[in-house]
Amino acid sequence: MTITSDRSQAAGTPLVPAAPAPVPTEPAATVTFSIDGVETTVPKGTLVIRAAEQLGIAIPRFCDHPLLAPAGACRQCLVEVWAPGRDGNVAKMPKPQASCTLEATPGMEVKTQHTSAEADKAQHGVMELLLINHPLDCPVCDKGGECPLQNQAMSNGRATSRFVDIKRTFPKPIAISTQILLDRERCILCQRCTRFSEEIAGDVWIDLQKRGAQQQIGTFDVEVLGFAGEVPVGASTVDTSGRPFASYFSGNTVQICPVGALTSAAYRFRARPFDLVSTPGVSEHDSQGSAIRVDHRRGVVMRRLAGEDPAVNQEWITDKDRFGFRWQSSPDRLTTPLVRDRLADGSRGELRPASWFEAYGAAAAGLRTALEDGGVGVLPGGRVTLEDAYAYAKFARVALGTNDVDHRARPHSDEEAAFLGHHVAGRTLDVTFADVAAAPTVLLVGLEAEEEGGILFLRLRESVLKGTTTVYSVAALDSRGLQRLSGTLVPAAPGTEAEVLDGVVGDADEDVLSSLAQALATPGAVVLVGERAASSTGALSAVLRLGARTGARVAWVPRRAGERGAVEAGTLPTLLPGGRPVADAGARVDLAAAWGVEALPTAPGRSASQIVAAARDGGLGALVVGGVDPADLPDPALVRDALDKVGFVLSLEVRPSEVTERADVVLPVAPPVEKPGTFVTWEGRPRPFPQALVSHALPDHRVLHGLAAELGVDLGLDSVADVHAELDQMGGWDGARVDAPDVAPGEPPAVPAGHAVLATWHHLLDSGRLQEGEPHLAGTAKRPVARVSAATAASVGVADGDLLAVGTDAGTITLPVLVTDMPDFVVWLPTNSPGSAVRDTLHAVGGALVRLTPGAAPLAPAHDEEA
Amino acid sequence: MAEPRKKPPAPRPQQPAGSRPAGSRPAGSSPRPAGATPAPGKAVAPRTAAGEVGVPAVPQYESLIPKASGVRALLAPVGGFGVTLSNMFRKTVTEQYPRETVPTKPRYHGRHQLNRYADGLEKCIGCELCAWACPADAIYVEASDNTPDAQFSPGERFGSVYQINYLRCIFCGLCIEACPTRALTMTNEFELAGPTRAGMIYEKDDLLAPLRDGMLAAPHPMVEGTTDTEYYRGEVTGPTDAQRAWVREHRPDDPTLPEGAGLTAAEQVGPTAAVMAEHVAGAHRQGGVR
Repeated sequence: MTITSDRSQAAGTPLVPAAPAPVPTEPAATVTFSIDGVETTVPKGTLVIRAAEQLGIAIPRFCDHPLLAPAGACRQCLVEVWAPGRDGNVAKMPKPQASCTLEATPGMEVKTQHTSAEADKAQHGVMELLLINHPLDCPVCDKGGECPLQNQAMSNGRATSRFVDIKRTFPKPIAISTQILLDRERCILCQRCTRFSEEIAGDVWIDLQKRGAQQQIGTFDVEVLGFAGEVPVGASTVDTSGRPFASYFSGNTVQICPVGALTSAAYRFRARPFDLVSTPGVSEHDSQGSAIRVDHRRGVVMRRLAGEDPAVNQEWITDKDRFGFRWQSSPDRLTTPLVRDRLADGSRGELRPASWFEAYGAAAAGLRTALEDGGVGVLPGGRVTLEDAYAYAKFARVALGTNDVDHRARPHSDEEAAFLGHHVAGRTLDVTFADVAAAPTVLLVGLEAEEEGGILFLRLRESVLKGTTTVYSVAALDSRGLQRLSGTLVPAAPGTEAEVLDGVVGDADEDVLSSLAQALATPGAVVLVGERAASSTGALSAVLRLGARTGARVAWVPRRAGERGAVEAGTLPTLLPGGRPVADAGARVDLAAAWGVEALPTAPGRSASQIVAAARDGGLGALVVGGVDPADLPDPALVRDALDKVGFVLSLEVRPSEVTERADVVLPVAPPVEKPGTFVTWEGRPRPFPQALVSHALPDHRVLHGLAAELGVDLGLDSVADVHAELDQMGGWDGARVDAPDVAPGEPPAVPAGHAVLATWHHLLDSGRLQEGEPHLAGTAKRPVARVSAATAASVGVADGDLLAVGTDAGTITLPVLVTDMPDFVVWLPTNSPGSAVRDTLHAVGGALVRLTPGAAPLAPAHDEEA
Repeated sequence: MAEPRKKPPAPRPQQPAGSRPAGSRPAGSSPRPAGATPAPGKAVAPRTAAGEVGVPAVPQYESLIPKASGVRALLAPVGGFGVTLSNMFRKTVTEQYPRETVPTKPRYHGRHQLNRYADGLEKCIGCELCAWACPADAIYVEASDNTPDAQFSPGERFGSVYQINYLRCIFCGLCIEACPTRALTMTNEFELAGPTRAGMIYEKDDLLAPLRDGMLAAPHPMVEGTTDTEYYRGEVTGPTDAQRAWVREHRPDDPTLPEGAGLTAAEQVGPTAAVMAEHVAGAHRQGGVR
């Protein structure tokens, strides 16, 4: 692990290697020309404005953005250009040229406003035109102080206005979604937002409308623009407010808007740039590791912006990364340790605040008792940083002497544990974003790129639009995300993924399978498998077989930010840190030496479900629970029952949860914004981030260090530097790996009449705990619907838009039906959206049998308020 | 360098100006540029005068005042009493503060005030430009949305939190210059001393200008058919019937309504200013008794 040290200094194989520096590619052809008399040589095709940037010559601009196609919309970057004509003589172009659309040609002489009076006058003229209808309400505008228009009007505009007439006005902001507000008066029609929505996100939700002086950005919304009865042509989903669905990436338009025309409801009038202290960070919402910038004022996070990292998220982040941060400072934060005293009859009393000394003492006493009474199970949860995961892993092995540790708070299987040990752990940066972008073929298995990995979707879409990548997806239905990737659906009912994957051979009967087999055989092809594959028996084995058969590389893309780091850190029952198998005596000795202990527990541990079951049945005496929401596990009722029945529950949490209600000792820990740490992306790329806010909250690894000390064990993880030093020193494992899983494809269940197989995945914006306290964000979520095929809908007797009740013995979910082109006898539900908590209500995971009945009872109208 | 660089290339590295005595350099040591740290244990050239090494000595001080002679020189030791004597016959300038308070000059920089428009809406839009301009970081502002139910200022935005820390304020008036709506001005009130530090942080309630005759207490809607521009241009001269009707509907007991209890009842001084006024009154009483 070389987060802190140079790669050359690290001994042996690093646990998590630092990301390699991008290799600069040698340009094939170059062009030599001059700007302001400075000669420069750039790759052929370089825009003049980019070449000027490299020379440090500033040309004012609004519409130009390095990641968007050139538009030449604002005309602010005009320069004087002299170029050799056909006769070879350098002649001046008759008019100033827009340098953001002008490619450099050999011998060209560009004169910017610094050396040319003509260019300077042209820029002043354009600025004056742009400001004619701009309201100049900078004091009330959120962009004031960091506004390119404000800055460049000062540097390249007239000191005083000559415009005395009435300015064009529009009604003040219209809400494009509950989050994004549009103030058309301020707009200078640079079209960055419309180009972003077209070129990058693929959700065309705003566009230019009308002509001439009335030209404006707008939504195709009847109420707003009076477009008589017209609605968008393309398929669009309705969001929770009932309006056409906007975009998961809409927040990026706020950031790239060069004026204050697009603002967010969450940050509206909240602060000024000079108030804010900016700290770089990494998003805690998904395994993509998006670089973000955390802007905070007086210890409160005010907003988050996209950070720039060409290797990962370029300059874009999802709206969840951008707007989902209030949970970290919500008023119900746990601030002091809590201890619960048992009543005389052994039942649980009330939690009361306690000192750290008392809480450590109570926790250590409870764990000691439990160690004599069957042992302790550890559930760190999937949102931990690498450092915290490592501390959980070491705490379990050294202080508790057990391998009963599992971070997978989601449907999981032993097959998956073997897959992670065999193929994922220790294989860092095997497949990267760059590899995916360069891959000729990408096959998604159990992975919905837009919903479960926003940045991955954008990177895929970029190369799909370039025409270099073809996307296939093994899934139950052709989602809008897949359509925008121009992807090919390989239909597979839940549970039959393994069968379908095994059918991907060159001489397959179905065209799609044989063409997929051929496509995967091309060098560079990638198979991306999601965490949902764990709930389909044999799917992960089939993926490995497919990779071996076709030569395509396989990568695992989990949803949560901590999952990949936790695999490396060894919070799995069969895996020690660095991919060392528990079953390998050599690996245990190696690690015991590194940790300075005599021996490590030899028996493989229990998985999360087995830990929970054992805790309920008395097989375990205590549970140590990190950031785990019981409703995320496959059977939430079982988890609650286990937490109730187990002798002792120790909870390490940021905010009160269902675990807190049942915990005997609660130790408060710091959210990511209040601690330094490292998230590991699905690629295995370490993403270290500093502490943004001053805080007394302790990260999990320091709490565990203190707790271990109370148990008489020196964990040696009292600071991030200690953890990094230990990870560096320990390094990875180059011995034998865990054996590959070889599980036969599961038999698809027989579907009786009136039943269907459940397909389900998370929406990006749903009822997740990290999105609480964000009403504006929740309003942009997709409206939860139940999807079935036309034949299935007909067999149940419901039509499009009717209510459908999906039930098991545990409960029933009632949602409006959206008839979709998908396999028959399959019903799709969002996993954890308002009104559709699949695991909590149905106690079911993907592939389970559910009952379908027409939903008679009206859907509880309270959902909108809850959202 | 006090000495111009010599034109012909020097045969050895240039000597620092001001010239250390050549002999002070240890024999055999290589010449060093001026200001370089001497190697440990090596002798440092003695300074010829105060100042940096290598700077020429300051010439002896010579007074420009001509030396007195004769009687003047004789009386010089007691000459200073002349000032005392001449002042004994002038009018006294001592102010009997706090027994008598003398008005300040009209442009005196005293306590700030947040002004109102003629219909009672606040002028402050919470833009934070005053906080931005403040060289002492004495001003803290938080803005919020005006809503139809609670319109405090014309337009979309108003200052919901406004604090001036008078422990920090240096009364320079840059905030007044920065204010785009003339919301922030300064009064002549200078009696700003208090027993607690917290009490010296004035909140918005303490700083808001008192309602004047005819004003309607905020929040209430803007004058119908106007925008913030009309307010800024001074085209709003007082509350309209529609605004009064709105207030009557939402706050029937408002004292600023025509049928209300009147301005005296409406003027609720903010808590900080009230405490401060009490202290000032106390100080005045003390002065008066003596």
